Amino acid sequence: MANYEIALDVVFHALADPTRRAVIQRLGKGPATVSELAEPFDMALPSFMKHVRVLESTGLIQSRKIGRIRTCTLERRKLAAAERWFEEQRAIWAMRYDNLDNLLEKLQGEGYES
Amino acid sequence: MKAELQFNFIVDKEKSHITVKREFAAKRQLVWDCHTKRELLDQWFAPKPLTTKTKHMEFKEGGYWHYAMIMPDGQAFWSRLDYQAIRPIDDYAALDGFCDESGIVNPEMPRARWEVTFTDANAHTLVTTVVKYRSPDDVQKVIEMGMEEGMASTLERLDELLLTLDK
Repeated sequence: MANYEIALDVVFHALADPTRRAVIQRLGKGPATVSELAEPFDMALPSFMKHVRVLESTGLIQSRKIGRIRTCTLERRKLAAAERWFEEQRAIWAMRYDNLDNLLEKLQGEGYES
Repeated sequence: MKAELQFNFIVDKEKSHITVKREFAAKRQLVWDCHTKRELLDQWFAPKPLTTKTKHMEFKEGGYWHYAMIMPDGQAFWSRLDYQAIRPIDDYAALDGFCDESGIVNPEMPRARWEVTFTDANAHTLVTTVVKYRSPDDVQKVIEMGMEEGMASTLERLDELLLTLDK
């Protein structure tokens, strides 16, 4: 739980930037090299590396250099706090609406008049 | 849930919006009533095993709904929904917020705007709710505050309860 808030900070800091958001999304599909990640962006590599370093310093992603190739992977645990909240919101609406199904059925059975 | 009823939950993190679409097997007027009348809201709004208790409801522009979601152990979470625009039976917009039992909104807590739209879908009704936060920072605050207020542990307990209910 102590890591929860730190995790949230970095998640939302990362989400506040479209480039970083795209990198996170891409890494959600699996590991990728820096050059693969940079390819969709019209951005000089040093600028792109800054984004990678931000993500890395917050622990959202990890990277390993083998020879001249740096491969990045997503650190899923860090994303969990925000993802979990959205998942909870989804569960609340789903359960709430199941209740409403039952109420509507009951009211229609009773011939409810508004 | 009845398998044939549409349910979509879409998160747009960029805009900090949540869009919930749900189809109901009833006419639009009835679905509208369930969303706007206190005695009906009290019968469905809180997810089980919580219950809903309305303290104040004035469904008009400038009016508000002040309600609690109550845990089986009696713990209450108070909220209010301030109605900004209403067009029966098409849509309404409101400002959601956490408050206390007296209805005073927690000023620390970001509020979200709800835009709720009702449309006919054959003999059914489609309800679209867009929950709009102002920024990712606001969403973050809501999550953190929710944890401080014990809302997170509540939901964990809710998960546990649901697991026991399923068995």
